[in-house]
Amino acid sequence: MRVVLAEDLFLLRQGLVQLLQSQGFEVVAAVDNGPQLRQVLLRDPPDVAVVDVRLPPTFTDEGLQAALEARRQVPGLPVLVLSQHVEQLYARELLADGAGGIGYLLKDRVFNIDQFVDAVRRVAGGGTAMDPQVVARLVAGTSRREPLSALTPRELEVLKLMAEGCSNAAVAQRLMVSPGAVAKHTANIFTKLDLAPSDDTNRRVLAVLAYFDR
Amino acid sequence: MDSRVTTLARQAGTATARGVLLVAGAVAALVLVLVAVCSMAFMALGAGVLAVPTCVRGLRWLAQRNRELAGKLGVPIEAPYLPARDVEPGIVGRVQRCRWLLADPATWRDLAWALLNTVVGFVLGLLPVTLLAYAIEGFAFSAGLWQLTRDSGVQFWYSFIPIRGWPTAALGALFSAAALALWAFSAPWIVKGQAYFSKPLLGQTQRSRLAQRVRQLADTRTDAIDASDAELRRIERDLHDGTQARLVAIGMKLSIAEHQLDSDPALARTLVAEARDASAKALAELRNLIRGIHPPVLAERGLDAAVRALALDAALDVTVSIDLPGRAAAPIESTAYFAVSELLTNVSKHAGADAASVHIGHENNVLRIVVTDDGRGGADAARGSGLRGIQRRCATFDGTLFLASPEGGPTVATLELPCALS
Repeated sequence: MRVVLAEDLFLLRQGLVQLLQSQGFEVVAAVDNGPQLRQVLLRDPPDVAVVDVRLPPTFTDEGLQAALEARRQVPGLPVLVLSQHVEQLYARELLADGAGGIGYLLKDRVFNIDQFVDAVRRVAGGGTAMDPQVVARLVAGTSRREPLSALTPRELEVLKLMAEGCSNAAVAQRLMVSPGAVAKHTANIFTKLDLAPSDDTNRRVLAVLAYFDR
Repeated sequence: MDSRVTTLARQAGTATARGVLLVAGAVAALVLVLVAVCSMAFMALGAGVLAVPTCVRGLRWLAQRNRELAGKLGVPIEAPYLPARDVEPGIVGRVQRCRWLLADPATWRDLAWALLNTVVGFVLGLLPVTLLAYAIEGFAFSAGLWQLTRDSGVQFWYSFIPIRGWPTAALGALFSAAALALWAFSAPWIVKGQAYFSKPLLGQTQRSRLAQRVRQLADTRTDAIDASDAELRRIERDLHDGTQARLVAIGMKLSIAEHQLDSDPALARTLVAEARDASAKALAELRNLIRGIHPPVLAERGLDAAVRALALDAALDVTVSIDLPGRAAAPIESTAYFAVSELLTNVSKHAGADAASVHIGHENNVLRIVVTDDGRGGADAARGSGLRGIQRRCATFDGTLFLASPEGGPTVATLELPCALS
């Protein structure tokens, strides 16, 4: 799997390259600034891009902007955004096009290599991987809003884990219920959120989008 | 038409009453001037040192009442006094107070005003009453009182009219009506005239304005320094007790793991895992610390996005409308951000509100932030330390926080920060 990496700090860049290579990824480019990232992403779109939000030369949200721009030109280009902090605002912007293939994680999540690699693969496959922290910050005020107010607490819980990017099997494992029960919950969620039957990944992304788009 | 007459009469009546007050003020001024001059004369004997401050206080009280009266008449006069200074206790302090009172030019201008006002205030204050009384007298004689004076053999002259019979009485009544009209129309203006006379002597001068400004700047500078010092110390403590300690622990765990790698791989593995968890905690602490110093969204996107991000994270429904044609300077943005953050925290903590709104706009070189909630109201800026903190932070930029929070709500907090946008 071909990966483009954008991270300005040398130590972190080296660490991530090492980590990804050790897990069998092919790092086709490791850049340290926004303009270069734009170039690389558009010249030869990779299977997935792992991007730091803050990049030179502006040291603002250059990485995020470059990723969003690239996705406008190459719809659905899988991007996993890494940051020292997570914001609902950015998460919504990333999810806004509804195309999936989006990840948004704290840099600390790299510590758990298995989960991180899993997240990269999921994003590359068109799924989502939202940081538990950004999902958790949604929970407080979300449940009383339409259309999510129609969901039962259990269904909200399932949706929350879906937002983090869990598959049905993973949700079942986390909630310690049978996969069949989870399948029923997800079906209910899709019905209540009025999501027409299409392929499962796409519907999951749309459900997560509804979750964020309060 | 009828209401116009009553309004005119009421205004003239009020002005006349104020005129009476002015007369009383003029008399008081005369007394104060005499006492002040005497106590200054006794300065050399020492007794003056005790009497002068009291006199000056009386003089200032009288001048202040006059300013208030002038303010009611639409002639606003700002007090020009130099800010009070701290003095030592006891007799030394009294001497010091006496010295700076006499060094304040406003004291001497007050005194000059009082001296002139004994005449001006007296005459202008008395004029409306006299006019009214004159009109009433005229009416009374024209109505028939002239007959009494005729019987007693004294010729009564009303102004230039000798009232001898009903025809001249009618003329007198006409003249009284003219006097009444003159009173009704001129009384408010006469009293206002006294305010215009007072303004140059009781008002601000360039020097007093500068002195007050210097004092305000010194105060806000002290506050700013104190605040930034406290902030630095808080950061130092957080780093020292939190992150630094955790990093030491991580280093220790890793070095033990290194030693045990061959002899006890299982223990080494546990220690490495612990070190990893500790580093995650250290990161979380740093994240919170950074958010408190300068929120990343603010650094990356500016005020607009940062406030929107705040609204998303708030525990209640917050609608945001922002109309900024450019970016404010970084310190202003930071102040505005933390003020909104504090205000929204207050709303969710104390107001019992379901929804709040934040509006940010920029007009006439003032950044205006309005935070409204539908809660129970009754918030008091003097009680909340958070609100005082906002006020202090804003004062550094000559900004103000105004809180309108009637019992039962809604609460509207308006923050104004003078600044230019780029």
